[in-house]
Amino acid sequence: MNNSVSGNIIRFLALVLVQVLIFNHVNFLGYINPYIYILFIAFFPVKNNRAILIFLSFLIGLSIDMFLDSGGIHAAASVFVAYIRPVILKPSFGTMYEHQSVRFSAIDFGSKVTYIAFLVFVHHFVLFSLEIFSITKILLILQKTLFSSIFTILLSVIISVIFSRDTK
Amino acid sequence: MQQIINFIIRNKNFLLFLLLFFVSIVFTIQSHSYHKSKFINSANFLSGGIYNSVNNISDYFNLKTQNQLLSEENNRLRALLFNSNINIDSTFTDTLSFGKSYKFYTANIIKNSYSLTDNILLINRGKKDSIKQDFGVITTQGIVGIIDKSSTRYSTVISILNTTSSISAGLKRTIHFGSLEWDGKDPQIIQLIDVPINANVKEGDTIVTSGQSSIFPKGIPIGTVLDFKNDIAENFYEINVKLFNDMTNLEHVYVIENMHREEINNLLNE
Repeated sequence: MNNSVSGNIIRFLALVLVQVLIFNHVNFLGYINPYIYILFIAFFPVKNNRAILIFLSFLIGLSIDMFLDSGGIHAAASVFVAYIRPVILKPSFGTMYEHQSVRFSAIDFGSKVTYIAFLVFVHHFVLFSLEIFSITKILLILQKTLFSSIFTILLSVIISVIFSRDTK
Repeated sequence: MQQIINFIIRNKNFLLFLLLFFVSIVFTIQSHSYHKSKFINSANFLSGGIYNSVNNISDYFNLKTQNQLLSEENNRLRALLFNSNINIDSTFTDTLSFGKSYKFYTANIIKNSYSLTDNILLINRGKKDSIKQDFGVITTQGIVGIIDKSSTRYSTVISILNTTSSISAGLKRTIHFGSLEWDGKDPQIIQLIDVPINANVKEGDTIVTSGQSSIFPKGIPIGTVLDFKNDIAENFYEINVKLFNDMTNLEHVYVIENMHREEINNLLNE
């Protein structure tokens, strides 16, 4: 238990720092940035308390907001994704989720990618809707969501492959 | 009572979600209104300190271009100084600020941002260096933004690349002016709106600050006219301005304090 708590704390801090110091300065093609801190929410252990996940997501989003001066957009998107995570877990993992036996270190590649892709799309859509905050610019929102999502999904999958513990 | 408690326990995840989501939305709405963001900004001890120490390292990467810019400015100022007949006496320093209406402070950008629609920068000067809200920020080439929040050592700057910012600017050739806003698309191009139709704008005209606000002095360069069109009512021009500044590569900036700002504002608010 202690081990997993300290592991989560280290992951939290590492993802915030990597996000604000490296991945926010990518600015691919001028404006495309990946938001990889969402991996913290994606790979938070399933059997842990959901309330803790929601609260920690709020904290990680708020820390990112503090560094980026973006108000509360990251906090809102993270909390939203953390709350609807079970809805995404179900179609991605099927029966494994219903038996409460999803272990992120032992799932096959395909379902991992679909799971991350769903999560990232929802997160980015909420994020950019709140950032741009105008219904008349819906095309700009969708454009940013699409491009940033592709970038985030690619990087997230790569990172999760590199840092996954057991090699199958 | 029992039922209410039961309800809360049963739906505690949903209620927690609602509460935290509501708090985030409040922060978001605050950040979208000018000068309202209260709690969450990067001008604090933690994020300011981290950005500052990282910037100490990343400074070195574009040292050469920054030196080039500064020496070009020195060159220009030196030419100005020696060609005008100002008495240069370096042994005499005027410690009083009599007759001066603008005071300049140097600062470094430690967090740049240009890819969002509401960009906010961070500089390494704060209340300790007597930086306050609503001071202007410029570089050697053009304007950057306006100071928003100050902590002891750091301040946030509302960039001109921010959809909430609005700065009074006009044509250098005539005295017509409008307000400078950004549509959130291209970090090189900014929009000047509400310029009267009889201003006779031409492509390539220089746009400068108008001096109508108490923030920037008159005549600070902004950019050149890229193209222009009439707005729907055909009474005003909408002008696309290409910035002189490269907003993606900022390092050394100057903060401007208008010594008469309070007096002007008092008069306007009367």
